[in-house]
Amino acid sequence: MRKILIAATTAILATGASLFGASAADKLKVGFIYLGPIGDLGWTYQHDIGRQAVIKEFGDKIETTYLENVSEGPDSERSIEQLARAGNKLIFTTSFGYMEPTLKVAKKYPNVHFEHATGYKRDKNLSTYSGRFYEGRYIQGIIAAKMSKSGVLGYIASFPIPEVISGINATMLGAQTINPNIKVKIIWANTWFDPGKEADAAKALIDQGADIIMQHTDSPAAMQVAAERGKLAFGQDSEMIKFGPKAQLTSTMNNWGPYYIQRVKAELDGTWKSEDFWGGLKSKLVVMAPYTNMPDDVKKLAMETEAAITEGKLQPFKCPIVGQDGKEVECKGGTHLDDGQVLGMNFYVKGIDEKIPGK
Amino acid sequence: MQLVLEKRAERSNMIALISPLIAIGMTLVTMSILFAILGKNPITALGVYFVDPLTDSYSLQEIAVKATPLVMIAIGLSFCYLANAWNIGAEGQFLIGAVAGSWLAVKTQGTDAGPWVLPAMLLLGAMGGALYALIPAICKVRFGASEILTSLMLVYVADLFLDYLVRGPWRDPKGFNFPTTAEFDPVATVPVLIEGGRLHLGGIIALVAVAAGAVLLGMTIKGFEIRVVGAAPRAARFGGFNSNQLILLTFAISGALAGMAGIIEVAGPVGHLQPGISPGYGFTAIIVAFLGRLNPVGILIAGLFLALTFIGGEQAQIAMKIPLDVTKVFQGILLFFVLACDSLILYRFKLIFASPKVSSGAH
Repeated sequence: MRKILIAATTAILATGASLFGASAADKLKVGFIYLGPIGDLGWTYQHDIGRQAVIKEFGDKIETTYLENVSEGPDSERSIEQLARAGNKLIFTTSFGYMEPTLKVAKKYPNVHFEHATGYKRDKNLSTYSGRFYEGRYIQGIIAAKMSKSGVLGYIASFPIPEVISGINATMLGAQTINPNIKVKIIWANTWFDPGKEADAAKALIDQGADIIMQHTDSPAAMQVAAERGKLAFGQDSEMIKFGPKAQLTSTMNNWGPYYIQRVKAELDGTWKSEDFWGGLKSKLVVMAPYTNMPDDVKKLAMETEAAITEGKLQPFKCPIVGQDGKEVECKGGTHLDDGQVLGMNFYVKGIDEKIPGK
Repeated sequence: MQLVLEKRAERSNMIALISPLIAIGMTLVTMSILFAILGKNPITALGVYFVDPLTDSYSLQEIAVKATPLVMIAIGLSFCYLANAWNIGAEGQFLIGAVAGSWLAVKTQGTDAGPWVLPAMLLLGAMGGALYALIPAICKVRFGASEILTSLMLVYVADLFLDYLVRGPWRDPKGFNFPTTAEFDPVATVPVLIEGGRLHLGGIIALVAVAAGAVLLGMTIKGFEIRVVGAAPRAARFGGFNSNQLILLTFAISGALAGMAGIIEVAGPVGHLQPGISPGYGFTAIIVAFLGRLNPVGILIAGLFLALTFIGGEQAQIAMKIPLDVTKVFQGILLFFVLACDSLILYRFKLIFASPKVSSGAH
């Protein structure tokens, strides 16, 4: 006991008052709320890379703070408010489930600007931003159909929200251009981040005959399973090649840095205003990892598709689109589905045999 | 020379009183070392953890909000634990209470139902929790099934049941398939006490629970029976106390409080039913119950203290960039020291110079 006390005292004295850095009175404080740990190597990890890009860009002019592992339950409202109270003037809340809490806190702090990722509720001081991840998924669909021997794709999904549904549809639309009879098996993990569950889902899909694994969950667990079993897979959110050097075909990566830099700059310049940003391959919010583990012709096709989408020549949701029920979907965007239809997507395209859960 | 633990002739009441304080003191020392290793100034860090949150109304309210479910659940658990009935499933009772109360909120949504909705929801929540808690209690009384296992396993059943409801029948039709009900109507919402803050009526209800718990346990025959059954089952049998009946009673009380805490949380700070409404309140409350020595007032203090570590931990993340995991380590160390120090109530350290005699462990 006494020794512990002595050790503690020594430790306290040894450290001293070291951590009183420069005062941050005139710096712009920027806050981030993360769903997972920054080490999830997926969704949250990419947001944190975006935060680091902001630091690199603005250096001393700003100070960033993040709260990680903030559950989408009762605690998130407090966490967001804590950041606002701590003097953060621009706060990014990086998961769909923070929508109501962000809205509530935004009403309480009219002088603080908020940015909510992937949501649809806005306010004078609350912007929304998201990525057109379906563009990457369309390319993945083409690659998957080319590479699959069994003709069965395995898809690990998180929640049946439009972002995920549109990803599944885009994958199938891409795949059907190569193989009209391609099949997809979907497992709903009902989580964004649970490596154990994600790995189990990957194993189950492989056991059911899938030879290409893709996911809309955030950890590299499925990639590792695919690598172990000698199957191919797509990464998610981030570059996952080191978890499956022989397995990863490509990865649809979320590149938040440029957007965060742009918004922080607007805040510094005093030109920030509430808007809805939805960026894809063109604005480089969605970036494809290098195409690997595939023959040159597939690689070429993938790169051509990527270029066509980037230039706007190819629309993944090009009309006519036929729903699961065999009926053609109304084409509100003229030649393709409009953004509202994609943002609220709640149907499967023809060729998917499963049902949307709860529908 | 040897240091041994020796059984005391009788339990030390003095140690019983100060052992939580010793535990907290040792935790603080350990944490200081940890902060120092992390390269943070321990004094500043402890200040951010324990002093700063107490200095403004906002943080005080947040502490109360966080402590409310913990205290309510822990009060109920203390009844069980005093009677030697091991309810580990308060988390499940919390969830079922939330579901039972939410049922009314969902059914009356968009109608012109009056202010009776909220009281009825609270009542339903309490009933739901109590009935759910009675399942393991009845299994124990009737079949001798271990209530530790059954109550724990029912947590997962409750979790999945709630999941099913918000993904299926109760899902907000305008919610883009996200697993949540629509926001509750104002009549189905627990009112906030201070404008602009988050402190809600649940805080008062928790205080009432503390008072009621203190009266019931300390001043009534039933309370006496509960304590005797737990402390001296043989004496209780001679006294003609019906221990089975008491198991049912304590489980029902415990479940009712957990269930009411559940619906208060949903109808209060959250505002709608969704998965993940409890970040493990039902389990953290077990720590609170023991930290508070199964005494209602002690539980109130322990609940507030644990809430303080959550709020302080968050502020430490913001102010000092201390990782969240440190808060969890902190709570783990605290429980460890509490349990370790508790052994000093019945045992004491003794230095033995000659060959040691094994201390009698017979009980």
